[in-house]
Amino acid sequence: MKHMLAILAAAMLAAAGPARAADTIKLGALYPLTGNSAPAGQAAKAAIAVAVDIVNTAHPEFKGLPLADTAGLPNLGGAKIEVIDADHQGDPSVGQQQALRLITREHVAALLGTYQSSVALTATAVAERYGIPFVIGDSVAANITQRGFKWTFRVTPIAGDFAVSYVDFLTQMKRSGRKVDSIAVLNENTDYGTSIGGSIVEAAQKAGYQVMRIVYNAKSTDVSAQVLQLKDKNPDVAIFVGYTADEILYMKTLKELDYKPAMIIGDDAGFSDPSFIPAVGDISQGVLDRSAWDAGKPGSVTYRINEMYKARTGRDMDDTSGRWMQAFFVLADAINRAGSTDPAKIQKALRETDLKPAQLMMGYRGVKFDASGQNLLASTYLIQLQGKSYKAVWPEARATATLQWPMTGWK
Amino acid sequence: MILLQVIVDGLLLGAVYALFSSGLTLIWGMMNFINFAHGEFVMLGMYVALLAVTWIGGGPVVFGLAAALGLFLLGVVIYFALIRAVMRGPMLAQILSTFGLALLLRYAAFWVFSPNFVTLPRSVLSGTLRLDGILLSVPRLAAGLAAAALTLGMHLLLTRTALGSRLLAVAEDRDAATLMGIRPDRMQAFAWGLAAASAGIAGALMAISFPFSPAVGETFALTAFVVVTLGGFGSVPGAMLAGLLVGLIQGLSAYWLGPVYKDVVVYGLFVALLWLRPQGLLGAA
Repeated sequence: MKHMLAILAAAMLAAAGPARAADTIKLGALYPLTGNSAPAGQAAKAAIAVAVDIVNTAHPEFKGLPLADTAGLPNLGGAKIEVIDADHQGDPSVGQQQALRLITREHVAALLGTYQSSVALTATAVAERYGIPFVIGDSVAANITQRGFKWTFRVTPIAGDFAVSYVDFLTQMKRSGRKVDSIAVLNENTDYGTSIGGSIVEAAQKAGYQVMRIVYNAKSTDVSAQVLQLKDKNPDVAIFVGYTADEILYMKTLKELDYKPAMIIGDDAGFSDPSFIPAVGDISQGVLDRSAWDAGKPGSVTYRINEMYKARTGRDMDDTSGRWMQAFFVLADAINRAGSTDPAKIQKALRETDLKPAQLMMGYRGVKFDASGQNLLASTYLIQLQGKSYKAVWPEARATATLQWPMTGWK
Repeated sequence: MILLQVIVDGLLLGAVYALFSSGLTLIWGMMNFINFAHGEFVMLGMYVALLAVTWIGGGPVVFGLAAALGLFLLGVVIYFALIRAVMRGPMLAQILSTFGLALLLRYAAFWVFSPNFVTLPRSVLSGTLRLDGILLSVPRLAAGLAAAALTLGMHLLLTRTALGSRLLAVAEDRDAATLMGIRPDRMQAFAWGLAAASAGIAGALMAISFPFSPAVGETFALTAFVVVTLGGFGSVPGAMLAGLLVGLIQGLSAYWLGPVYKDVVVYGLFVALLWLRPQGLLGAA
């Protein structure tokens, strides 16, 4: 009996120990693969698959991108990464269960997630309890990294960063002679919308703008009352913070009720969703969106990445998927530097992360985490829908097209 | 002026709520059976409309009919393949069968149509009418009016025609109806077809102005249950009244109190009304 226990204990130790050379490294990814944000989740899943391909096979053509030129992770004897996909349906409680399952059943070394901020809040709490690193690619509610968690790392810029960018942009517009006095903020009422909407209202009021705010339930079937309120107050700029179905409905309702502010700024999510342009692109000409992703010129690393993504999905990569991909590269780089799949070693390597802009595929100023796990060097551009695609228009140093003001909408 | 606009928009949406809810109430009235897959019928109606527009082309009449016909057939098939069997089982089996059906239809749609949001091409019906300061979106106006007419038509079919009498006879007393030479199976299959068709056509009407994905049925199923309960289970005029009321209350509370509170108001009134009048507005006590 004692003998058997010893064997069992040895077997368990072996299973828990660091990965041996050329083992696969299991990572878990939590996306909304079904439910209302499924398109974004599916797009992110495709981006992660491309990223896995780039890391696992040799791609010397991606100059500067860490781990691209070798096959697998060199410090772990060329070990390949395997990502286990899990669907959280955009539901915080499902996210929690899936995180638990990936950690306890699949024994993943680290987790990636999650799109919806509300899901990130519950899923990271599970990772924290089990001591597993959780790298967040795209969930932006400020409070995710304000809870003193030691195992949560966030690569993306967050609510406050975006709010500052929007207000900077508007102030610059005002200085150049455009009429920008009143701003309307329309946000959905889960963690994502509330957090970003609140940050924008705060930053805009501080800068002296007149601000009205409309908060609505996600998954609306009718938004005409809100649009009529907007029409009544007639702000110079309307900023929308919400998910896909709602934003498409807003754009259609704006046209139906014949109301167009001088400029609409969409906060990523719904506006960056792959369904947005096919559905309402033709009546939303000139809307601004934020993005840290730009495919750039032919031959560049980002252009090649976009080509790989296009080959897999048939369309261009968007900002949300790009931020997922960047998070994956950051995590892979940390695991390689840790030289181990031991969660504590990965955590330490993540804390020591210091990537320069040339090593990134997103337009951040770098990746370096503060004590709360937030990337200090994250930033964003503004892009504008011109024709059938978004073009970088602000800041001017990054622009690939000229800003059109006012937006033309459906006219 | 804005208030009037909100009222009109609310009523137009409410008319569509009434149409798909009347299908749910019909099934209940006929056979005391709750169909949890009703929202999925609405969703499938939207996709049938999309396929019809893509393959055949034509206007709302073409894809509206396609959705009605497609869903009618689906309703009949579901009756013979599933409902007839589970009707003989315990109550729980009946409830869970359509619940399972709802999930099956939803995830089959995810598989076939992908989770992306889609919209009908704007060319099918678009534009805005200006009426004395009120802006009426043509797709919503058409959807609202067509839905109101169809719901009324369904009510007349049930109350004024021989077919309606036969349906009601089966609902009242299945055995007696059989003795009178009515085939209950056929009548019930017809009721399922009619219910699914009403949901399908409502879906097609809404598809003109709403973006949709396979997950959209959930939202509509919930609305349909509220409408049916509010109106009184089994009552088509009740569903009509309650549908308009729900649309109106949603619009007004979104306007006065803010959009976040509109569902709170609807469900609050819903619970209050159930407490005062558990049989619903027009239901029999």
